Amino acid sequence: MSLFEGRDLICVRGERRVFEGLDFALPAGGALLLTGPNGSGKSSLLRLMAGLLRPAGGALLWDGKPVNQGPEAQRGRLGYLGHLDAVKPILTAEENLSFWAALGGGGAGEVARALEAFALEPLRDVPGRMLSAGQKRRVALARLIAVPAGLWLLDEPTVGLDAESVERLAQAAAAQRADGGRVVAATHIGLDLPGAEELDLARFAPAPEAALAALEAGW
Amino acid sequence: MSAFWTLVGRELRLALRQRADAVLVVLFFVLVAAIFPFGVGPEPNLLARMAPGVIWVAALLAVLLSLERLFLADYEDGALELLILSPLPLELVVLGKALAHWLTTGLPLIAAAPLIALLYNMDSAGLAMLILAMALGSPSLSLIGAVGAALTLGARRGGVLIPLLVLPLNVPVLIFGVGAIDAALAGLAARPHLLILGAILLVSLAVAPLAGAAALRQAME
Repeated sequence: MSLFEGRDLICVRGERRVFEGLDFALPAGGALLLTGPNGSGKSSLLRLMAGLLRPAGGALLWDGKPVNQGPEAQRGRLGYLGHLDAVKPILTAEENLSFWAALGGGGAGEVARALEAFALEPLRDVPGRMLSAGQKRRVALARLIAVPAGLWLLDEPTVGLDAESVERLAQAAAAQRADGGRVVAATHIGLDLPGAEELDLARFAPAPEAALAALEAGW
Repeated sequence: MSAFWTLVGRELRLALRQRADAVLVVLFFVLVAAIFPFGVGPEPNLLARMAPGVIWVAALLAVLLSLERLFLADYEDGALELLILSPLPLELVVLGKALAHWLTTGLPLIAAAPLIALLYNMDSAGLAMLILAMALGSPSLSLIGAVGAALTLGARRGGVLIPLLVLPLNVPVLIFGVGAIDAALAGLAARPHLLILGAILLVSLAVAPLAGAAALRQAME
């Protein structure tokens, strides 16, 4: 059984240590809920997992092998949802999805399923600039279905969503886990992930003394 | 490979829906070239002598004008992160973007060049060489420009920085592009100039995707 884990991760942004000594382990079908106050490094941890940031220390392992030894394999497993929706204003909802699906090797079938999963069929021919913030978020979420991936990394996925869409997202996440996929989500508002392990990033904040000592040491 | 053409197709579709951008670039090119005679006077021999240099410099400036948006739109709306995380290698993303940029900027400029050549009273031998030299030289401008556009992502005044970075690197293209046309107008062999333009293109093709990809990764940190 494959395992996605992080060991003793350290994240440095600018000259500030965001968190240190962070461990997590995520088995197939598992979910990880990242919590913590603003600035505690939830987004940074997701970007570390995605490979958009390099950890200042520690290692990310897939099946015991460091992920940076096989970045292509890691990219192939990723479904990443950042703060931004990446919806082009001059392409329709369906065209936006079709592009990402085709880039990931998918076809019309995946796009149709993605549109259905987030009730986007009535909006399929609406250009991105006419969509509301919540509708754009749904298009971004539908991308996760259009490009099947084993590891979902969701940064505040529920922002702007109505209750029905949050429910649809919970269903999609449950289906993803039932297929043996993994879900990592950073969220303040209740996204229902039954049996998810909670990772409170406030626990890994560096001690103030250590930060002070580092400052005195000259970095 | 199909992912590469998917990206190029998307870029072309976006450019086609925003045709005004490409039209503006061509208009800028024609206007810059057309304004020189007002400054130096209408003497036909002088204009014919200046024509190759003026056309190339105007093309260079027009390309610069269109570079800022190359990665910025994708950077601002989050699509660049997803492109970096996509299965398509980032080097090919840069190459695809540069190719689409050339198709939507370089090609229209080449199409508009005969108009300016006519304005400057250039003869047909010079015009044929102008088209050939631009066809060989302008893809290098897109490739070098893509590196500049990638490097300035995240910088506060990126649009101002791009010319500072890119213009010096474009000087060789300018020199040999003009040299080829001058040679053709003087009845000399233009081949050496064209070969060097070709060599610059080959080096750009090899180096620019690597450099551009490294710059994009840096911008994401």
